Amino acid sequence: MSRITLSNLAHSYFPQPKSDADFALKEMDHVWDDGGAYALLGASGCGKTTLLNIISGLVRPSQGRVLFGDRDVTDAETTERNIAQVFQFPVVYDTMTVRQNLAFPLRNRGMDAGYIARRIDQIAAMIGMEAMLDKKARGLTADAKQKISLGRGMVREDVNAILFDEPLTVIDPHMKWELRTQLKSLHREFGHTMIYVTHDQTEALTFADKVVVMHDGRVVQMGTPEELFETPAHTFVGYFIGSPGMNLFDAEVSGSEARLGGVQVALGAAYGPTTGRTQIGIRPEYVTLSDKGVPVTVKRVEDVGRHRIVRAELQGQSLNAILAEGETVPADPRVSFAAGKVNVYANDWRVLPAENGRGA
Amino acid sequence: MDKTQNNKAWFLVLPVLLLVAFSAVLPLMTVVNYAFNDTFGNNEFFWAGLEWFEDMVTSDRLHDALGRQILFSAIILAIQVPLGIFIALNMPKKGFWASLVLILMALPLLIPFNVVGTIWQIFGRVDIGLLGHSLAAMGIDYNYTNDPLDAWITVVVMDVWHWTSLVALLCYAGLQSIPQAYYQAAKIDQATRWSVFRYIELPKMKGVLLIAVLLRFMDSFMIYTEPFVVTGGGPGNSTTFLSIDLAKMATGQFDLGPAAAFSLMYFCVILLISWVFYTVMTNLDREENR
Repeated sequence: MSRITLSNLAHSYFPQPKSDADFALKEMDHVWDDGGAYALLGASGCGKTTLLNIISGLVRPSQGRVLFGDRDVTDAETTERNIAQVFQFPVVYDTMTVRQNLAFPLRNRGMDAGYIARRIDQIAAMIGMEAMLDKKARGLTADAKQKISLGRGMVREDVNAILFDEPLTVIDPHMKWELRTQLKSLHREFGHTMIYVTHDQTEALTFADKVVVMHDGRVVQMGTPEELFETPAHTFVGYFIGSPGMNLFDAEVSGSEARLGGVQVALGAAYGPTTGRTQIGIRPEYVTLSDKGVPVTVKRVEDVGRHRIVRAELQGQSLNAILAEGETVPADPRVSFAAGKVNVYANDWRVLPAENGRGA
Repeated sequence: MDKTQNNKAWFLVLPVLLLVAFSAVLPLMTVVNYAFNDTFGNNEFFWAGLEWFEDMVTSDRLHDALGRQILFSAIILAIQVPLGIFIALNMPKKGFWASLVLILMALPLLIPFNVVGTIWQIFGRVDIGLLGHSLAAMGIDYNYTNDPLDAWITVVVMDVWHWTSLVALLCYAGLQSIPQAYYQAAKIDQATRWSVFRYIELPKMKGVLLIAVLLRFMDSFMIYTEPFVVTGGGPGNSTTFLSIDLAKMATGQFDLGPAAAFSLMYFCVILLISWVFYTVMTNLDREENR
């Protein structure tokens, strides 16, 4: 087990990339600490899988280096890297039984039979397939097959890291929760580095200590779930995390106030002059709907069970607010923002208050 | 739920039924007619019962031809199936070279049977053929017209040249349908090349391999034109396969009765062996599913 460093890494699927847009992964430096549980979150096609395949050696990056500890493995074959990876869709060896499937990675590495038998019993218990061990894998359902894939990913104890590429896509919701809990306890028990790719924020936030958000081939933020919620470093993080996502308004910022069209909003801190497109962002959770503040036009109210989401318009820009159960929409609706919770963005990146300059 | 039963749609099959009747069933009936009767021409028939069948079942000539035929089909399958798989595994997967190789592989399949025969007939001749002459120049004693072994080798190599592409193309299609993730998972699991073949590629190719084996068996068991053009069944009777023997009997000696009885048995043998292949291979599949 070791720390994984991506240094100056970039990848393009074109042999001669011409512009930035040709790169599936833009240049990045990133460190995955040994024993961390990471979630790699982002929309489809943002480069998550490419990044994962570069770590496991299935794809060779067009530029930069991959280090395991101090060892440069950029040119090392997948087999030398000792990495486990679970794919989005189940991969099982059809003609083998469940037991043989689970034993396959161990047998290929020449482990002794006694150890293999013990290890398979543990893994089978973990994925709840003890009763099916001697069945042929091909007749099983998709989620049983995916459990085998997961089991094969976890069966080796000495791996450098376990990579999960949206592994629970085909699993039904109840089992999803259970397997995620299993993965989590497995992580606590053995301390493998785990990287879990997903586009589902709930999955990411419940699995990981650290969430890495990718957007358009870039890592835009790495942080705890709380950091991602409170201080998104990029408007994409604000929009992608949370349901509904962060409200963003084009605004002019001067000092500790922002001007949106005709109204003033207090920011809670002073900001230096900004360049480029300036926006302020506030989570719907921190928007209070009452008869005080700036006037808004309510478009509609959606009841999502525990609370209601108010879709409204503020100075021609759309705004979402969360309304707790039992609260009502006032006759003359106005909103106020929790001052400390407003973030400022210039060209999509967060601006730190005062003279600290550009954020992220 | 009760469905309205209306089987009138079956009448739509009628035209096809008529066509098949005139193109296959009725001609076959004339064969049946000849098989159970004797005739001296003038459309006069005398009932012969199972006499022709008895003759044929006990005929040494037919036994020898059947033996040669089975040997030929066995050799063909033993060469073409592994060779076809091997070629398919090594064909480029995409890009310009994949298209080029596909076209080149398909070419032998497009050549008419008697042209294939003529090509090899000339190719193998010691006086003017490139192959025969070259072998002779190298001091190798090769002559398919008077050495039975050379004749066999020529016919087998010709068939391999003509038909291995079919097996290769079918296997190639099977291989192309394997998702990339399987190969990636195999790398992660540190599988050897042999394991990848044994546990990923072979199981996924099984369906197309069944078709390939069936087609190659049936075609090779019925082979006529190519060996007829190259060796004419000789030297002696050494390359006289069932079809060649049948044609000799029917159109050469005009023994229509025995030839008809022979045809019917021949047809049943092919049907039977194909059915056995199919049943065995699909049953293997089912057993694995348990």
